[in-house]
Amino acid sequence: MPHPEAWLTVRPEGLYCVPGDFFIDPLRPVPRAVITHAHSDHARPGHGAVLATPETIALMRTRMGDALGGARADKLPIGETLSVGDTKIRLAPAGHVLGSAQVVIDHDGSRAVISGDYKRAPDPTCAPFTPVPCDVFVTEATFGLPVFTHPPAAAEIAKLLDSVKLFPDRTHVVGAYSLGKAQRVIALLRAAGWNAPIYLHGAHMPLCAAYEALGIPLGELRPATVADRAALAGQIVLAPPSAIADRWARRLTEPVTAMASGWMRVRQRAKAGGIELPLIISDHADWPELLQTIADVAAPEIWVTHGNEEALIHAATQRGYRARALRLVGYDDAEEAA
Amino acid sequence: MIAFATLIERLTLTPGRLAKLALLQRFFATEPDPDRGWALAALTGDLTFPAAKPALIRALVETRTDPILFRWSYDFVGDLAETASLIWPTPAAVTDPPTLAEIVETLRTQPKAALPTILAAWLDASNADVRYAILKLITGGLRAGVSARLAKTALAGHGAAISADDIEEVWHGLTPPYESLFAWLDARGPRPDPAGAPVFRPPMLAHPLEPADIAALDPADYTAEWKWDGIRVQLVAGPGGRRVFSRGAEDISASFPDILAVLDFDAVLDGELLVLRGTDVAPFADLQQRLNRKSASAKLQEQYPAWVRLYDILFEGPEDLRPLPFADRRARLEAWHARHAPARMDLSETIRFTSITELTGLRAGARDAGIEGLMLKRRDSPYLPGRPRGKWWKWKRDPLTIDAVLMYAQRGHGKRSSFYSDYTFGLWREDGELVPVGKAYSGFTDAELTRIDSWVRNHTVARFGPVREVSRGLVLEIEFDAAQKSSRHKSGVALRFPRVSRLRWDKPASEADHLTTLLQRLP
Repeated sequence: MPHPEAWLTVRPEGLYCVPGDFFIDPLRPVPRAVITHAHSDHARPGHGAVLATPETIALMRTRMGDALGGARADKLPIGETLSVGDTKIRLAPAGHVLGSAQVVIDHDGSRAVISGDYKRAPDPTCAPFTPVPCDVFVTEATFGLPVFTHPPAAAEIAKLLDSVKLFPDRTHVVGAYSLGKAQRVIALLRAAGWNAPIYLHGAHMPLCAAYEALGIPLGELRPATVADRAALAGQIVLAPPSAIADRWARRLTEPVTAMASGWMRVRQRAKAGGIELPLIISDHADWPELLQTIADVAAPEIWVTHGNEEALIHAATQRGYRARALRLVGYDDAEEAA
Repeated sequence: MIAFATLIERLTLTPGRLAKLALLQRFFATEPDPDRGWALAALTGDLTFPAAKPALIRALVETRTDPILFRWSYDFVGDLAETASLIWPTPAAVTDPPTLAEIVETLRTQPKAALPTILAAWLDASNADVRYAILKLITGGLRAGVSARLAKTALAGHGAAISADDIEEVWHGLTPPYESLFAWLDARGPRPDPAGAPVFRPPMLAHPLEPADIAALDPADYTAEWKWDGIRVQLVAGPGGRRVFSRGAEDISASFPDILAVLDFDAVLDGELLVLRGTDVAPFADLQQRLNRKSASAKLQEQYPAWVRLYDILFEGPEDLRPLPFADRRARLEAWHARHAPARMDLSETIRFTSITELTGLRAGARDAGIEGLMLKRRDSPYLPGRPRGKWWKWKRDPLTIDAVLMYAQRGHGKRSSFYSDYTFGLWREDGELVPVGKAYSGFTDAELTRIDSWVRNHTVARFGPVREVSRGLVLEIEFDAAQKSSRHKSGVALRFPRVSRLRWDKPASEADHLTTLLQRLP
């Protein structure tokens, strides 16, 4: 039984499966790619063929256009198995965003699971993470420091609604990444009883429409156009993080600037970004979830792709696992999607 | 403690004054006594107990966490209390965090040796936000961006028709947790009686004299005085104690023991705190050596001797003189001063003038050390708190100006967060290098701001976080009140109250002023 080290290797293009002749979330164009989820740092254009969940393919089409940057699209629904070369592949839910999946690869009696980005906290917009026992577990470590324990997202939404109540004449603008975070924040607001229309930056509209088409109801959404200044007072507006403190936001009435991100756990991050209301809502595993997941999958060996890998490797080693860093450069672990 | 932790977090990140007031008012309206009072004391800096040292917190955290992970976390977060609050293992069910009152009482009564055990139990009972507030509170690092005056303004908006000035007049007779104050504000109790305690009275302030106001002035109605370049103080002395208060009601007695020592009388006086060089008023930079200190060494007192130039008398003994016209108060001040001849004090000279033209001439000549311009006081005006219109005018001498080159622009805060609104400007050195001499945030209109903002975006040559370095192409005419030597600035000079007076879109950067031009203006 060959150790996955022998058949799963790091190449300049990214993580490569030798017996299947494909890459997972490659950073450069390759002939065959398996894509864990549709975020732009994982789903890049220019591949020959891509394999992903139907939801991920649909979201990629929304982001890149129907042609997917020229790639042939193969859909593999969650739970179905596909033979590729001398491997068997199946996809398991990763709980990160709609369509996100872990790639389970079996080869010659050994199994590797590449989890992509994931979280364990409940999310009304996607299927929950399922631990898959394996020999090697490939994990992210975006929030790989013990200072990151994300509070329950519902409590953060309650903070936002409390602020709306306290400042009824101001517009609350929430910075949220346009794929995944925005839809989750909307779904959480609906679950908390906020039934008013939610106003969106133009960049959020197509992806929200795609979520709705994939069966995730988001309630009434309206574009936050310049003309609506008065209508936006007392309302909640969602925009990409880069827009909330920039010229786009000048259309808003005395905005309360909020940001939905795991990085908001650190006050200096909020302060430096001019964020008045930090909302600690993350689509990545926090420190306890990373450790819990390592325990759940029971893999003797952990490979860490990106993030604060030293700390996670240190903690995993102390718990008796073999752990090492893959040093894949190119995933935006410090970026707004977190 | 949960509500207090939430309040601290929001105040720290909220730039707007009105928003801060709304947050404070809701807190005071909904939190019970004595917690809200302790919170008020924590915000105004009136809560003191033997503070925990960072080493204690570090040691405590190391008993619960892996030291390597703690070190890496601290490197990442950059603040010890925050790192500790986040890394502290959260128990499965957070049950019962301590109340603010419980924390204050415990710290006051328990021996210091018991602190680690007590603190650990509190941290175990709290979530991360509450842990942060507890740790900041006990290390004395609670910086929520709330001035004492803002807190009092929030209290004024909290209940009955009691103003911030009303609160000010009893404030220094009160002690935390201020239950009598809240009872008064809630209309459940009488006005707290300061009972002879040395309390602060809100000072009377002047309006800047605009050209349009000058024509309307009748010289017969006004007394003129020099406007001295120190800091405005209120001296309060009597059987109940002695205090030196700043204009903002801050007790600065500890910084000025030389002044405190000579307050051997029963009166409340208004004056300008100055530092002397011989018999002359020293530049403001000398006074700065004495400000914001917890104590003043004998050497410091000798090197920068403090002096008070008296403007007004508010109380003589128990008698409140504030309702009297200025002319009468001035007569009482002069008589009092002649009778007591207090050390380290003299009277602000009154200036005779018969016409505005004469006064204009005096102002133009007023560039001596220590003089900022003129004050005009209506002879019939009582001493009123705040800035009543048409009673007192300040007529600053014309500012100095230089043409400087915009070097860096930084994003503003709050309403200006999408604008590059904070400007670092520089002057040319003989070797052709541009050296920064100051920063300006004001003096331009909204339309001008929009234009500078887009200029900055189009002329950026480098970015450092929120700061952009721009190409040398925009000349700003900078107005300032004075230049002083500074070892902290690369240019060796610092400006007082710099602001943008004009945008010189027409002027090439190469024709902006040289640093030597500014150095010639140093006193």
